[in-house]
Amino acid sequence: MKGLSASRFCFYLGFVVGTLSLYLFLRQLWFERSMELPVLGGVHGSSVAAVAEERQASVERAALINLNVPHHTGEDSRVADELYRKVRILCWVMTGPSNLQTKARHVKATWSRHCNVVVFMSSVDDPDFPTVGLGTGEGRDQLYWKTIRAFHYALEHHGNEADWFLKADDDTFVVVDNLRWVLSNHTPEEPLYFGKRFKPYAKQGYMSGGAGYVLSKEALRRFVEGFKTKVCTHTTSVEDLALGQCLEKMGVLAMDSRDTWQRETFHPFVPEHHLTGKFSKSFWYWNYCYYPIVEGPQCCSDLAVSFHYVDAELMYTLEYWTYHLRAYGYRYRYRPPLPQGLVERLAQSERATVGSAGRGTIPAGIIVVGGGDQSKMEAVSYKGAARESQIPMDNNRTAVTQERQQ
Amino acid sequence: MLSEGSSFMKGMALGGIFCLLLSLLGSFTPGMQSSPEDQHQHHHHHIKAPTNDELQSLSEPQMVELSQKVRVYCVIMVQPKVLVYWATAKDTWGKHCDQAVFYSSESAKALEAVDLNEQDEWAKLHKALTHAYDNSGDLRWFFVARPTTFAIIENLKYLVLAKDPNEPFYIGHTVKSGELEYVEYESGIVLSYEALRRLVNVFKDAEKCPERGRSLWKLSEEKQLAICLKYTGVFAENGEDTQGKGLFNSKSVGSLIEDGMSKNSLDVVEGCCSDLAITFSGMSPNQMQVMMFGVYRLRPYGHNFHDSLIFLPPEGSDND
Repeated sequence: MKGLSASRFCFYLGFVVGTLSLYLFLRQLWFERSMELPVLGGVHGSSVAAVAEERQASVERAALINLNVPHHTGEDSRVADELYRKVRILCWVMTGPSNLQTKARHVKATWSRHCNVVVFMSSVDDPDFPTVGLGTGEGRDQLYWKTIRAFHYALEHHGNEADWFLKADDDTFVVVDNLRWVLSNHTPEEPLYFGKRFKPYAKQGYMSGGAGYVLSKEALRRFVEGFKTKVCTHTTSVEDLALGQCLEKMGVLAMDSRDTWQRETFHPFVPEHHLTGKFSKSFWYWNYCYYPIVEGPQCCSDLAVSFHYVDAELMYTLEYWTYHLRAYGYRYRYRPPLPQGLVERLAQSERATVGSAGRGTIPAGIIVVGGGDQSKMEAVSYKGAARESQIPMDNNRTAVTQERQQ
Repeated sequence: MLSEGSSFMKGMALGGIFCLLLSLLGSFTPGMQSSPEDQHQHHHHHIKAPTNDELQSLSEPQMVELSQKVRVYCVIMVQPKVLVYWATAKDTWGKHCDQAVFYSSESAKALEAVDLNEQDEWAKLHKALTHAYDNSGDLRWFFVARPTTFAIIENLKYLVLAKDPNEPFYIGHTVKSGELEYVEYESGIVLSYEALRRLVNVFKDAEKCPERGRSLWKLSEEKQLAICLKYTGVFAENGEDTQGKGLFNSKSVGSLIEDGMSKNSLDVVEGCCSDLAITFSGMSPNQMQVMMFGVYRLRPYGHNFHDSLIFLPPEGSDND
């Protein structure tokens, strides 16, 4: 009996061992087979890792200051990052307690993240949002009081953190990167002010409040000085006109903010209205615009800076159109030249970093191709022996590094 | 001892055979090989745009060649009743097709179109696709849509960039209806040359693929298309970006944003839609003009993409 049970026992043991070992063997076989599947399946696994890696690498490459806005994979934002450092903008948004959740909240979630500094100005302090309380009331008649106090606050508390000071409403959408481009060839030490220029009531015109306007640091200093010396006072509640008149008295220049094709950048209405609307000849707008009105697609610059009367849904839609949606590989019609100060600075940093970035060609030197407004894109043809890696000079003047051929 | 040893061996052998039998018979994972068709379907179910990884493996001359080889024939199904959409499609996204042909249910003096002389939706599609195949020239990709859809053709070209049009592809936003998986018409249908060739072939078989929907049980034309293609071994695939976001949308940007807002999502814009989306639908003609500005013009200065292709703006146009 002992012998039988021992033998039986061994038999069962052997059975189990046999089953298990063959199971493991077959599993290994299946696993190996599945690794040899067509490219589609294989690439998927490695591509996900590659995407994550690239994102990490691009974060490290650009010396990021503005960490609020994540950079996209494969996006080269060196020019934008350089402008962020060089053209510092403080954005202050005119809002009120009843608008915080319906309007200001969406500004906070979208375009204001691109400012160097953003302050939400209200009649009362709100530490949760947060907003600064200006100690005024609410309503249209308080607009100029709020504006005066907001600018004083900005200079006093943040004067050292910014070079330019933007005022916007809580239903204004601003493309801050494009504002930096408009301002890049000017110095904040000059008394200048930019916006959508209107002509009546002021000799040099004044800037529309709703479309947003920007003061240089010197202009802001003079505005504050004007109130100190009583040259400027609270004349009317029509905030944009009153401000324009004060600045005129203080010797601040109203500037032309149009792009190099004379197209407007600051807009007092929504994109649909400017692009597809027909303004009736009796509409006040015709008599107000300082520069000739263009209807249709040429109303607005590709590098538009602002739109007004933007509701919550349109805020996010505009953010998506500006910073996300694009046509792959599309070569824009409008490719303006790089601001002067930036060309040399970028060439220096490019010499240092290229080789790790781009298509991996070793640069012999940096050549800026093309002149004037539109460079010849022939330089970027892939034909011929010269390998070219583009330095981002914003879609037009492409600095081409050419591989030494000899 | 010996008897025990031999019992053990016998046991092992029997165990092995037992395992093998089990794997061959049952749905036992280790050894199970799914049928070739299922495997094919599983791995072709989602079509993703190429990643930078895949593109960098192609040399520059290859890139140029592909850039010029990916050319799209747009089949735009119009109706004289809704002339304004027809005119808008022609003036907006239609300009970015290598060839945009309008197929109308009846002739209209106002705009140029191929007159199908047909009211039945499936019959119209049937005739239009046959005509497209016969007139495709050297164009190898076909995009079928109604003019109420807005398409970004450059992003479509990017999606199919590394795909061979001599392989069958039927891509869009896929919907499952029972056993049938079909591409939604409203968000646009993409067909490769091979898929269209097989389709035109199966059109000859009135049993499998009738020209007119069977009167008793009329299927929508998008489902009918899927059925006919299925007979030829072509299956619907969902177009997605590298993060799995759908590229074909049957709603407008505004509508998708609105959905995100009502869900109180943390990042409404991130959760909305892909950066390289191909289609949107449900916009008014004016909104389509605004889309042209949003897609082809509006951008933040100083952000550059080193794309591997170059698409030039169309001649004689100023809204893009």
